[in-house]
Amino acid sequence: MTGLTVRNLNKSFGALKVTDDVSLEVAPGELHAIIGPNGAGKTTLISQLSGQLASDSGTVNLGGRDITRMPMPGRVRLGLARSFQITSVLPGFTALENVALAVQARKGSSFRFFAPVATEAALNDAAMRALAEAGLDDRAHVLARSLSHGEHRRLELAIALATDPKVLLLDEPLAGVGGEDADAFVDRLRRFKGRLTMVLIEHDMDAVFKLADRVSVLVYGQIIASGAPEDVRNDPAVRAAYLGDEHGEAA
Amino acid sequence: MTETLTAPAAGRAPRRIAGRVKAAACLFVLFALMPPLAAALDDPFWILIGTRFLAYAIAAMALDLILGYGAMVSFGHAAYLGFGTYAVAILSSYGIHDLSLQILAGIAVSALFALVTGAISLRTRGVYFIMITLAFGQMAFFFFISLSAYGGDDGYGLTQRSSLFGFDLTGRDGALYYVTLALLIGLFALCHRIVNSRFGRVLTGIRENPVRMEAVGFAPFRYQLTAFIISGCITSIAGVILANQAQFVSPAFMSWHRSGELIVMVVLGGVGTLAGPIAGAVAALTLEEGLGALSEHWKLFFGLFLVLMVLFSPRGLTGLLEKTGLMRGKS
Ligand SMILES: Nc1ncnc2c1ncn2[C@@H]1O[C@H](COP(=O)(O)OP(=O)(O)OP(=O)(O)O)[C@@H](O)[C@H]1O
Ligand SMILES: [Mg+2]
Repeated sequence: MTGLTVRNLNKSFGALKVTDDVSLEVAPGELHAIIGPNGAGKTTLISQLSGQLASDSGTVNLGGRDITRMPMPGRVRLGLARSFQITSVLPGFTALENVALAVQARKGSSFRFFAPVATEAALNDAAMRALAEAGLDDRAHVLARSLSHGEHRRLELAIALATDPKVLLLDEPLAGVGGEDADAFVDRLRRFKGRLTMVLIEHDMDAVFKLADRVSVLVYGQIIASGAPEDVRNDPAVRAAYLGDEHGEAA
Repeated sequence: MTETLTAPAAGRAPRRIAGRVKAAACLFVLFALMPPLAAALDDPFWILIGTRFLAYAIAAMALDLILGYGAMVSFGHAAYLGFGTYAVAILSSYGIHDLSLQILAGIAVSALFALVTGAISLRTRGVYFIMITLAFGQMAFFFFISLSAYGGDDGYGLTQRSSLFGFDLTGRDGALYYVTLALLIGLFALCHRIVNSRFGRVLTGIRENPVRMEAVGFAPFRYQLTAFIISGCITSIAGVILANQAQFVSPAFMSWHRSGELIVMVVLGGVGTLAGPIAGAVAALTLEEGLGALSEHWKLFFGLFLVLMVLFSPRGLTGLLEKTGLMRGKS
């Protein structure tokens, strides 16, 4: 089990400070939810953790190893994978091919020029397993661009799973997913608990409070509270800044 | 307009690939039948022209490998034609006439040039990539212009053709033609393998969405650079043939017009199809010969034709054929 430690992380876009001295301790095996209003800087933080965006200052530490300056592909190989809030897949590839590429990235060299990749059983089998775990195996041979929104969300998850992550960063995996679909998705994530360390960004509070071991609240780039779900829910600063009193009472 | 690029049903992709291989096979059979036909019509001139067509087909296919599959629009690919042609000229001036050695020399120089210029060019994207490859192409062009030992601007006539395993190709247009056809078929098979391999899937994935590829653990640069080098090397083989076909080399082989023509061949035939650019090369050169005879303003008509083609069939001739259902693989 691998943990993630973030210390004094900063990021500005011009004059706009989007990540403001963020420190975060994600313990090995826990599901750590990050909540916060629109524009709080959640996606930016995930991009910094995954290496897609360079940080201005601060450190990111994966399982005791400093990865602050490591580019994204290297971090993925160390077991740090992310999913995207706005679906980012290979539209002209089938769902299976999308996932098989993620398997290929960690299984053997990709400087192989002659053997046909489409019939590589090791890749396809592992990809099918990831698709099954994400609940998309029945759509394996459909082109990604032809999938529905809900299926895209599951494909995002399947691709991230196929990288064989130790720490999984999920950026609003439930965005735009409702009803039974959302319930099934929450059940799926619950099954990963204990097996993977997860950082979950989510607006759906029911999902967050069902799943999270710990919750951090990000507002204007700052973590204003961090702790067990119950404590965070009852934190006056959080209620004032974010949750709103109705939600607190209803829950 | 975009219907060829969106929403094909599951399972159509493999069939489409099989269809393209079949189309290429048909082309190869037609090419093989051309010399006897030309002989029967008592017009052997066509064999020599045909060799030129086949050489450009090789170059266009090689460019498609990076342009179509890797979204790298190289506007300096004629440089590699040049390296091939000058490999022939320079080696033969030292008494080395063996075709395979000349091909190896052309490949070696091309690999080095592609490695260096590709590594720099790939730091840019889009229009900047086009401009910087153009600039490197022009650098090569002006280098050979200043190479006075080989005629500089005026070019350099070859006293004899190359030989292949001791078999002299001088005065044997038919033999040169079939050697070129064999090379084209072999290189098509190679490219077909590459695009369907692990490497090819990574290259295509980077074309579709580079950020996604990084997010699953691929660093795009090394794959793009490798493809860039492979493409340059294959293109130089076409240059070796062209020098032998014309028995003359000059910097004109590597002018930016030529690079533009290669792009036209790929777009005309259909990007990312391999077989398409082969047909595209033949079509473009035929139109050039045909329209050139009809009117001196042929480039204007050709340009119009191209615009219409891009508007109505983004996948070029291949797209047209696939739409009309003439090209279908059975698998
Ligand atoms: N590349 C960028 N350049 C400039 N500003 C940016 C950039 N990316 C994000 N921002 C700004 O940074 C702020 C935080 O954006 P971010 O996407 O991280 O928020 P978020 O918490 O993920 O929001 P949401 O809940 O809507 O997804 C926003 O004000 C946004 O406009
Ligand atoms: Mg966001």
